[in-house]
Amino acid sequence: MTPAVTADETRQVLDVDGVSVRLAGRPILDEVRFAIEPGEFVGLIGANGAGKTTLLRVILGLQAATAGSVRIGGKPAAHARGLVGYVPQKIQLDPDMPVRARDLVALGLDGNKLGIPLPSRGKRKLVDEMLAAVDALRFADERVGNLSGGEQQRVMIAHALISKPRLLLLDEPLANLDIRSAQEIIELLSKRFAKQQQVSVLISAHEMNPLLPVLDRIVYLAAGRAATGTTEEVIREDVLSSLYGHHVDVLNMHGRILVVAHTDEGFQVLAGDDRAAEPGHPDHSRTGMQA
Amino acid sequence: MFAAFMINAWVTASIVAVIAGVVGFFVVLRGAAFVADAVPTGAFAGAAGASLLGINTLIGLGVFALAGSLGIGWLSRKARRDVATALILVMMLGLGALFLSFTVEYSSEIFSLLFGEVLGVSSNEIVPVAGLAVVCVLAIAVLYRPLLMSSLAPESAAARGVRLSMVELAFLVIVGLATSLTLPVVGALLIFSLMIGPPAAARAMTNSPLAAIGLSVVLALVTVWVAIAASFETNWPIGFFVGAGGAVCYALGRLVGHWRRSRIRVRPAVA
Repeated sequence: MTPAVTADETRQVLDVDGVSVRLAGRPILDEVRFAIEPGEFVGLIGANGAGKTTLLRVILGLQAATAGSVRIGGKPAAHARGLVGYVPQKIQLDPDMPVRARDLVALGLDGNKLGIPLPSRGKRKLVDEMLAAVDALRFADERVGNLSGGEQQRVMIAHALISKPRLLLLDEPLANLDIRSAQEIIELLSKRFAKQQQVSVLISAHEMNPLLPVLDRIVYLAAGRAATGTTEEVIREDVLSSLYGHHVDVLNMHGRILVVAHTDEGFQVLAGDDRAAEPGHPDHSRTGMQA
Repeated sequence: MFAAFMINAWVTASIVAVIAGVVGFFVVLRGAAFVADAVPTGAFAGAAGASLLGINTLIGLGVFALAGSLGIGWLSRKARRDVATALILVMMLGLGALFLSFTVEYSSEIFSLLFGEVLGVSSNEIVPVAGLAVVCVLAIAVLYRPLLMSSLAPESAAARGVRLSMVELAFLVIVGLATSLTLPVVGALLIFSLMIGPPAAARAMTNSPLAAIGLSVVLALVTVWVAIAASFETNWPIGFFVGAGGAVCYALGRLVGHWRRSRIRVRPAVA
């Protein structure tokens, strides 16, 4: 459009351009379009089943898009693996596995290579530095499976970042963490890695409230479609109503943002409440405010 | 027990122990114990078939072990591995029953394949067994990091470009190879215990993966050496002692693991 946009495009770490995905004939993602610049901390927000994991898998080159394209650092996703770090959803590390935190981090450096890893001073220093960067040095020699959820997240983040990627993708890293651990992880990612080291971070979450204060931008997914912009630009009644295809209210309850739909049976919290992500519990997701 | 006719037994059993210790570590890590049970048990049917055709039973064994591993790998791309494994196992056992029903005389050779016959190893069998052993250990060494990474965090591994299905298939082929060469020595029913007991014990005793593999080999060696000596002294089948040794290893590992955990001091909070 304007020359300024073209200049931005060369800076873009991630460019998701009209990505659509259909699985078994069912549309999962519909023309999703957004870009991320260096050092941006971006939230991928949406309820479970909104297509967050599918979108991350497309960016990783693990899932083919039906239409559209993904470019990372200007290259197609499949040829840019070295530029992306990934922390998958629901990491479950078996406490019986004889693997220390430092082993897992070292595998982030060369786990895809063949042969027995040869110990070297340089590599050990690199691993120690990475563990220190996520405040994990004090449990470096413990079994990963015996660490707490928050500690395992730090180790997985170190594993993903040690190869110095320009883009870090995290799939629901805050789920199952207590509030304090979640805040620590958010601070680590936004301050240390996004702001200081200019790593672009795309973090998916079904509960957006803990992230809202630090997000540079938001990619809000609903029914496979995305609305993108700053929090003020996206978390608005007109934008989200058009995204959901029906009227929604955006409520600010004591600083907590709730996205609420009015249905025949009452009100349904679509986002902003942790329980909104569990469609299996209608008692929880409906606030019961009829009357 | 160190007489000339026993030398083959000691050498072969030691090779078998190294294989079981190395491959078994990943069998336990990847939760593939059922595969490690099904492949040798099913491969026994191949030996029965070979005996029926009048060819070397080792060939029948190898063919069935490899076919079984590949079959499990192929079927488990779309279905759960335990179901695929069970399906392959019953198919091979069914064939085994058929082959045995055609065999007129009772074959002691096949019986020994089930329970092991360490004294029956001839010196011209040592070279192929050693050759296959080197292939197995080298293959594990080459695939060490992708195997470890895909066992720990498969999605991260895939994102880094590790092809999970290829790693799994290669691993199953290694299990098949390891099986066909360990089977005539310790027997189909007991390879399993050698591949599970020592590695399971080793992983409870150390936190480092490479140290665990080393320890697993040491425990497997001790198990077979004790089993040969005990079998020689008592005239009881070696399979019994290998099985018992595997169980003792595992119990020992659990005890050491428990002791190690109880010694871990509470970590100081963030400084």
